[in-house]
Amino acid sequence: MRDGKKRSTLNKSRYGYLFIAPFFAVFAVFGLYPVLYTAFLSFKSWDGLAVVKSAGGKNYARLLTDVVFYQSLWNTFRIWIVNFIPQLLSALVLSAVFTFHKIRGKNFFRASFYLPNLITAASVGLLFNLLFNGDKSAVNHLLVSLGVQKAPFDFFNSTVFTSGLVSYIQWWMWFGYTTVIVMAGITTVDPGIYDAAMVDGATKGQTYRKITLPLIRPTLIYLTITSIIGGMQLFDVPATLTNGLGDPRKSILTTSMYLYNQGFKNHNYGYASAVSAGLFLIIMILSAFSMKAMQRKEEES
Amino acid sequence: MTRIKSILSKIIIYGLLISLLFLTIVPFYMVMVNATHTSFNIVTRLNLLPGGALLDNYETMQTHVNIWRGFANSLLISLPYTVLTGYFGALVGFGFAKYSFKGKRILYSIVLASMMIPSQVSIIGFYQLNLRLHLLNTYYPFILPGIANASAVFFLRGIIAQSIPDSMIEAARIDGCSEFMIFNRVVFPCVIPGVVAICIFNFVSSWNNYIGPLIVMSDSDMYTMPVMISMIKGLYLTNYGAMYLAITISVVPTIIVFCLLSKYIVNGLTAGANK
Repeated sequence: MRDGKKRSTLNKSRYGYLFIAPFFAVFAVFGLYPVLYTAFLSFKSWDGLAVVKSAGGKNYARLLTDVVFYQSLWNTFRIWIVNFIPQLLSALVLSAVFTFHKIRGKNFFRASFYLPNLITAASVGLLFNLLFNGDKSAVNHLLVSLGVQKAPFDFFNSTVFTSGLVSYIQWWMWFGYTTVIVMAGITTVDPGIYDAAMVDGATKGQTYRKITLPLIRPTLIYLTITSIIGGMQLFDVPATLTNGLGDPRKSILTTSMYLYNQGFKNHNYGYASAVSAGLFLIIMILSAFSMKAMQRKEEES
Repeated sequence: MTRIKSILSKIIIYGLLISLLFLTIVPFYMVMVNATHTSFNIVTRLNLLPGGALLDNYETMQTHVNIWRGFANSLLISLPYTVLTGYFGALVGFGFAKYSFKGKRILYSIVLASMMIPSQVSIIGFYQLNLRLHLLNTYYPFILPGIANASAVFFLRGIIAQSIPDSMIEAARIDGCSEFMIFNRVVFPCVIPGVVAICIFNFVSSWNNYIGPLIVMSDSDMYTMPVMISMIKGLYLTNYGAMYLAITISVVPTIIVFCLLSKYIVNGLTAGANK
């Protein structure tokens, strides 16, 4: 009987290949080829029309001394970290509130906080642009009529404000999502552990910090890594907020915007590919670094 | 004493939740209200209640840009893409979950690794690919990748491995079903709830994709909603009412879908994170 079953799975194994084949065929064309071709182009010079010419390591030499590239990396990282820390903190507080207190309308609150995550980021960028841009914007009307501000404020001329606004928008779009994921992590914790802690006289706050948080570390690692990968590729919001320029004074020009502008506005496809490769490397380093850091903490505790 | 403390903590908690709710909702409210006002009203005062200029704004918007064309383009991309992710996610997941073959582990780790590739670092190659295949200004570059959606494979493989017993497949074999029929008639119908959950996500992410269509679609008749919205500022210049209305039109369908399906969306997210 057992032998027979084994033979039947062996006979059927070619169906396994058959069923997974579509994935690999399409992935090779639309996933792998673009990555490899970008890597190939980073050693070439190409304007999109003429023949592709060899450039050796010229693009990378330029990249290493390109001030705008470094500026864009710093902008992207700064926008990410300024939004990610509050995002994680608010998610941890909210998930503690939702887990340990009986909240009326808990599902309604949670769903509403999650809603901005589903809205088209391009629309969100334009939306906040309209709300803040110019002397007669809705926010200036509000501030002046409330007496907070005597004269209208030129928001988009301030680098600190504009960069802060992008971080705020990213926080606004992602804190609900992060809360939902943290709560999903919490549901995997055995509730019996809480009862045991309560018996030992631990408060809710202590239980959450000392027991829940260490147990959901894999969830927190997952959130951090995916947030780095997404955050370092930030494009939609800063691009639509500032018509693709990243102004004032290039303060919110992200690396993705820079590579888009180099490729599709200046038609330096070779150099844009080198910028892509640089960004890819940075993302890998940051992910590996944060994974190491968080895992080491785990070993210590 | 403890009663006062618990009332106080309730006030703080609900105060926090309601102010966050306010922050979440207010931008949408402002946009929708301003969509019903004239540009003059918008620049001269703060509007908190709806006005009467909705139809005028609509006409202005329509003379500048055909927003329903963008709507149709987005639908024509997102719907087929979503169907492909659901069907092929289950098919490939079935292949990985229920068959044993050489190299399975390596192949599956390729699927997982493909999720980690940052998509925007390959846009130059993606553009070049579509240029060579003559796919610029077509829907295909955004529909076909639905066949290779790694997160759908990952999610549905887990569900199939857990919820479809091998005996069920054996029974279908004895009844004379071919392997492909087993998938279509037995496995796929059983995992439809999971397929729906992953499809909602993929629909939203496809609908919101901005940079992809931005580089592939140069013909304005092919613009998707996000691309059209991002171009609007240049077209309307000072007609704020029309701009706010265009944003409203791009945002409202998502809000409606969300209100109808929020339970599935949040549950799907939770299930996905636990796997």
